[in-house]
Amino acid sequence: MGRWIRLPDKKIRKLAFLGLFAAAAILIGYVEAMIPVSLAVPGIKLGLCNIVVLLLIEFYSWREALAVSVVRILAIGFLFGNLFSIAYALSGSLFSIAVMTLLKKTGKFGILGISSVGGAAHNTGQVVMACLILKGFPWQLYLPVLLLTGLATGLVTGMTAYLTGSRLRGKVSPERQTDS
Amino acid sequence: MRTTLFRKADIFLIGAVASAAVLLLVLYVRQMSCLRTPELEILVDSRIYGTYSLSEDQEIRIGETCVCTIENGRVMMKTADCPDQVCVHTKAIDKNGGSIVCLPNKVILHIIEASDGGEVDTVAG
Repeated sequence: MGRWIRLPDKKIRKLAFLGLFAAAAILIGYVEAMIPVSLAVPGIKLGLCNIVVLLLIEFYSWREALAVSVVRILAIGFLFGNLFSIAYALSGSLFSIAVMTLLKKTGKFGILGISSVGGAAHNTGQVVMACLILKGFPWQLYLPVLLLTGLATGLVTGMTAYLTGSRLRGKVSPERQTDS
Repeated sequence: MRTTLFRKADIFLIGAVASAAVLLLVLYVRQMSCLRTPELEILVDSRIYGTYSLSEDQEIRIGETCVCTIENGRVMMKTADCPDQVCVHTKAIDKNGGSIVCLPNKVILHIIEASDGGEVDTVAG
């Protein structure tokens, strides 16, 4: 285990960690971009980046999660995607973050539950955006499949986030906002 | 503060979303099958006189002039007051399509695919 660099200012520390999270998210997004899921709804994404989103919601708040997500979406969008994929990703992430934050606030659910519903919400957001931008096709018909797929990928995402989170705890900036 | 991986409430949560997915699926399938029900549409003078289901045996009187019947999913012109009686002698039409026309009376009987609401954009309503 390497040594963690202690930066004097808490804000700088937090910024550095957020940068790391953003980089991780972009990396995940890169891998994700290589997985062809666009067979169904064109431009749709798997939602693996929720690993990072979950960690951010856990260690910080929805604001940090949103900020890092926007950075990641724009980066991946301009590098590998197009305007449509950016739109889908934004709406999917927005809805997903909102749902997951609300669920977490109730304090009644475990990470697996939150992340699986978050995954489903992510896909729902994408479908809704597809319906709005690409008119003339009933994208909502894909919703049943995408909801179930979202639950499944959400489970994987949640498990990964949990395993990663338990190792990161205490090492990441102590500035934790549990109630945003 | 440790985060919990899994709680009983999670099962309900996931179950709820999964049920919603199945529910939507059932809804969509029903609406899709509705889209493919053929019906009889009667036009009089290029105006829609009425639409009738082929599954119900019935006798339809069209104005003062013609009478058509739906029997066992087949449509026939029973009587008409036109001199040539071409429509009455036309073969029966059924769900596979086709039309019976009475030119003197300007009556057209034809099969259309029923469309539930028409625009698919309103399916999720």
